[in-house]
Amino acid sequence: MISAFLAPISDWIYLQCTFRTPVLLSRKICCQPRDPMLKKRDDFVDVLEERRRSSDLRYALRCYSPVLYKGPTTSKASELKTMVLQSDQLHYVVNQVSRESGVPLDDVQAEASVILEEMAHRLQLSTVRFFAFTLSKVFKAIFRSICVNEEGVQRLQQVVQEHPVVLLPSHRSYMDFLLMSYLMYTYDLPLPAIAAGMDFMGMKVVGEMLRMSGAFFIRRSFGGDKLYWAVFSEYVKTMLRNGFAPLEFFLEGTRSRTSKSLTPKLGLLNIAMDPFLKGEVFDVSLVPVSISYERVLEETLYARELLGVPKPKESTSGLFKARRVLSEDYGSIHVYFGPPVSVRSLAEGRVNRSQFSLTPRHIPRRPSEDVHSFVNDAAYRLVRAQEENMVLKPWVLLASLLLQNQAAGQNRGVPLDELIQQAVWLRDLCRQFGAFLHWPDHIPSSEVVSSSLSLHGGLVRVSEDRVYLALEQEPHCSLTAEEELLSQAVVVLSCASYRNQVLHVFLRPALLAAAIHTASSSQKQEVYSSFLFLRNMFSNEFILCPGAAVQDFEEACYLLTKVGALHINQHKVLTAERGHRTLAFLTSILDPFLQGYQMVCSFLCEDATQALTERRFVPAVQAFIIKHLLKGRLRYPEVLSSDLQRNALAALLRLGAVQKVQGGEESGTLKVNRIMLNSLEDTLGGRLSTQKALRAHL
Amino acid sequence: MASNSCGGGSDRQMAAQHRLSVIAGHLQRPSGSNTAVLAVDCKGQGSKPFVSSEKRTVPRRRQEIMKWNGWGYSDSKFVYNKKGQAEFTGKRYKLSGMIIPGLKDWMENTFGATLQHKAAATPALNSSAVPPPTLNEAFVEELKSTGVPFSADAEDRVFRAHGHCLHEIFALREGKIGRVPDMVVWPNCHSDVVKIVELACKHNVCLIPYGGGTSVSSALECPPEETRSIISLDTSQMNRILWIDEKNLTAHIEAGIIGQDLENLLNESGYCTGHEPDSMEFSSLGGWVATRASGMKKNIYGNIEDLVIRIKMVTPQGVIEKSCQGPRMSTGPDIHHFIMGSEGTLGVITEVTMKIRPVPEYQKYGSVVFPNFEQGVACLREVARQRCAPASIRLMDNEQFKFGHALKPQVSSIFTSFLDGLKKFYITKFKGFDPNRLCVATLLFEGNREKVLQHEKQVYDIAAKFGGLAAGEDNGQRGYMLTFVIAYLRDLGMDYFVIGESFETSVPWDRVLDICRNVKARIIHECKDKGVQFPPLSTCRVTQTYDAGACVYFYFAFNYRGLSDPVHVYEQVEHAAREEILANGGSLSHHHGVGKLRKEWMRETVSSVGMGMLQSVKDYVDPNNIFGSRNLL
Repeated sequence: MISAFLAPISDWIYLQCTFRTPVLLSRKICCQPRDPMLKKRDDFVDVLEERRRSSDLRYALRCYSPVLYKGPTTSKASELKTMVLQSDQLHYVVNQVSRESGVPLDDVQAEASVILEEMAHRLQLSTVRFFAFTLSKVFKAIFRSICVNEEGVQRLQQVVQEHPVVLLPSHRSYMDFLLMSYLMYTYDLPLPAIAAGMDFMGMKVVGEMLRMSGAFFIRRSFGGDKLYWAVFSEYVKTMLRNGFAPLEFFLEGTRSRTSKSLTPKLGLLNIAMDPFLKGEVFDVSLVPVSISYERVLEETLYARELLGVPKPKESTSGLFKARRVLSEDYGSIHVYFGPPVSVRSLAEGRVNRSQFSLTPRHIPRRPSEDVHSFVNDAAYRLVRAQEENMVLKPWVLLASLLLQNQAAGQNRGVPLDELIQQAVWLRDLCRQFGAFLHWPDHIPSSEVVSSSLSLHGGLVRVSEDRVYLALEQEPHCSLTAEEELLSQAVVVLSCASYRNQVLHVFLRPALLAAAIHTASSSQKQEVYSSFLFLRNMFSNEFILCPGAAVQDFEEACYLLTKVGALHINQHKVLTAERGHRTLAFLTSILDPFLQGYQMVCSFLCEDATQALTERRFVPAVQAFIIKHLLKGRLRYPEVLSSDLQRNALAALLRLGAVQKVQGGEESGTLKVNRIMLNSLEDTLGGRLSTQKALRAHL
Repeated sequence: MASNSCGGGSDRQMAAQHRLSVIAGHLQRPSGSNTAVLAVDCKGQGSKPFVSSEKRTVPRRRQEIMKWNGWGYSDSKFVYNKKGQAEFTGKRYKLSGMIIPGLKDWMENTFGATLQHKAAATPALNSSAVPPPTLNEAFVEELKSTGVPFSADAEDRVFRAHGHCLHEIFALREGKIGRVPDMVVWPNCHSDVVKIVELACKHNVCLIPYGGGTSVSSALECPPEETRSIISLDTSQMNRILWIDEKNLTAHIEAGIIGQDLENLLNESGYCTGHEPDSMEFSSLGGWVATRASGMKKNIYGNIEDLVIRIKMVTPQGVIEKSCQGPRMSTGPDIHHFIMGSEGTLGVITEVTMKIRPVPEYQKYGSVVFPNFEQGVACLREVARQRCAPASIRLMDNEQFKFGHALKPQVSSIFTSFLDGLKKFYITKFKGFDPNRLCVATLLFEGNREKVLQHEKQVYDIAAKFGGLAAGEDNGQRGYMLTFVIAYLRDLGMDYFVIGESFETSVPWDRVLDICRNVKARIIHECKDKGVQFPPLSTCRVTQTYDAGACVYFYFAFNYRGLSDPVHVYEQVEHAAREEILANGGSLSHHHGVGKLRKEWMRETVSSVGMGMLQSVKDYVDPNNIFGSRNLL
């Protein structure tokens, strides 16, 4: 009988149809189609174009009226502070601290407000306008374009009204958060409150200006400080609960010096999810934002840092010295606002929220096991979402190819024609793997390549139609062999940081290619166990979602079968005739890491002294590697990267091949399990089957 | 078929009834005697006089006065008259015969439900659609010899096959009839029940006790997997007050009595129980005990568990009852708590001794308008903290406030409507309340006049601290009327493609706002997700206050035009809403019970050990699952 009444209803629309979009989009990200070719991405619009046409001053002074959260909002920063200081949560901890330390209650309370004062932002529209003006000038001077996916902006505009929003940009440069706020201002979105490291406070004026443009400052480490933690977490949660402003922080915790995504830090994400898990808000929307730079401002700075030249302390004068960057061309920036991810739909079926109803919600509790693993998985997923929407420039492919050619011993460079031909091949492979590649198809490939090469003139040279990395410096007679090696390494590491941008596209197939290479047979089971071993080994190095080994393996198999590189049947994994080139490329892209990890293993076996501490580990292993590089036993200067060495050590600690001594006289020293290290090294080098290696581990 | 197999007792019974009414007439007049009502045995053997009123609301054949596929009396319903105005028919209610001018617009604006789109219900019950009864001949034979009336008439059976869940009523309106009881029996007293239960055990038939039929937990649904003959044991004829003890302020009452009769009868003697669940017009005392019911005025009188002194229940293992009427005992776990909330799975509650109170000398309604729901909740919390809650205090959210407003009957004079306009102006313009955020608390005070006025002032003073403005008695009274007519309104909604229901929970104070917001949002969210084409009504009220928390009541309804399986969508949304309640720290049920509708969450609610405890009681008391409604466990 009901069907009889199916009147035309197409004209009936929801009153709040805006609500629907984020929900659907967030679903999409949860169950992404396996075929990456199906990934649909938005188009970009250049925001600088408008800036080049109209007055920056008028732009900076224009009427700014952002869309606001529909729930109850607090608009004043001072109200926010009061709410935090009067919260049950804070009261509880203040009481607790006072009781435990014997310090009078009022003193602890006063300390809390000092902490809050030091932390809190003081958003001022005038400062924002100042930044809007100056940044417009700076951006126009150094960037060709700043491209934004406006559909993503529209999604954000809608979701900002519905739920508290957390912006999660990737972090490759100091520019990131200035750029984010700049864009939010441009699009009439509420300005975010940005979690920033305390180190900025070193720059007096700039620090205060950042504070007035929405940054709040967190100490880098406050491990045991209950009061600090309470103020900090309550501050963040109060902002979320009241829809004060979108929260912005970097999942990776710090700028990635290598352009690889870093293992996500969970602290802030935990706090950001808490109001939802405890039922204080209906949902929280997480918006991953991918910011990709054609040329990173800090390019060689990072390389130096990775080689052990310490990071210059942020100071205002240092920033002004950086003025020479204004005269350079840094290409374009792409900012992609990913589809909002609903915490509610992430948690559906994962977290039993009723667990939070058995104790008062204001009493701080360590997250339970299931909540921890839920947050961890979510964090990885979000970082993956950032990675997938990073725009790759042609140069990234060229850098990968040049590094491989360099390692293959072609010191005299590659003929330009050959490079173009290789680049086109790689471009097609990339696309088949679903990469978000911006290769202008309407321009001849040769032009694309040469314009990329010219933008990166500091890293690459073209002469007599041959292309090579700019390794040779002007003859400095005084350079020792070691110094020369280090200066070459700066260039190689800079190049590697561009190559790293594309790694996430190739990672899974590359792990499979390497697994096939090291596996003793083509039995699928055997290959899988090799794959598993490598995946496990490199899970500190790359973003590999915990517990997703099978999916990763299947994805890799799928992609390599699709491009015709492999034939896979029920039991066997066989290399196809035309697959050698692809597999060779994939194995060599991973080779520096394989070699690097082996180096670290052999250093620990051969050279590690009794008193090796974690602090002394990096310089020691670097010295060891320099020796090997100079003797020609190692082809990859990029192994000198302290990032790689630290990741390797973390992996070895995780696997138990190295242990940190706790307590006693030798506290903090590293204790080495030589047998295990040897077997790991051999397995990485393909000299030992993974089955045996796994047994050895157990 | 055996449509008129009421045993042989009807003549005798009528004679008895006549006698009773005469005696009742005698006994009502003389006052001053200590015991107004005397004890009586079952009239089967009955020679002793006793008192009951001749005004029995519920006859054996419910169909004589009640709807077969909707709520309440056949003569009372909302209709749109020829002018397209909503009107409430009949004479039974205050609202009866009145025009409700705002309802049509409210229905259109809230649901997009228009008069043009009518979803007519099947007009009459088609007996041939009712599956023929599976009778246990041996049982029927022996039952006949006891003289207890029974029937296998299709209508009688269909009437007792359902409660008032949406899916149950929706199916009836479509003329769809599933598994229904095979027979209905009408015991007249405790000993009749004992006989029936004995016979049921002997012949292995399934018994489902039936009181007022107002269940909203699928508790009355016949389990489709049940292969035995299902007997609906209708307690409606066990409806006498057996005695009143004025010294101890208790009354001993047969469990089949329905709420309004109980109150009316006690009122005649100057007493009341004060137990007023929203369903009290039709629900029965036994039903209250079996589901752990809660009354609107529990702040003064307590919930059913506070009111009950002694319970008699007939189980397959025999009769369970306590040996004394002590007001409290330390004798191990209270066996009453196995009975209260047993939902018909252990036996039939036949008689209850419960507390009574003198009828209050003065009653006063009231209402307070708050600028927003948050302030309102804060006020209720403070009232609870100070333990000064009036007999009833309820806080309706903005949507429900508007709903209540739409039910305002046509005002007779221009003066009243002018006054209304003035009030509205004062609140929204002068006081700056946002008409889309303000909410209203309704109050009911009871007691002696002086104390009521004092109490009233105390509550209004607290309210003022939270920005509340007193908004008159009318608003308050209309708020309470809403709860009685809401079920009739659902029938009107269903005539125009709108389906909905209410559900409830209890929750700690600090969670009240969160649960209200999240559950309402979840409903809206799920409706969209499931393809509902119109925005749903998703509204709540805080309907009871306790020291440590509150009872929250949700209404949820939507226009289902364009959906191929509206009931399924409805159930999915309700399921999601319940999940949301549990996730936000709410209970599985405050007073509706578990039935079969909420069974799936029982284990997580009471833990596996708890389930084991309940199961072992069931296994001992009813090893052959004679009481096979399969509720609760």
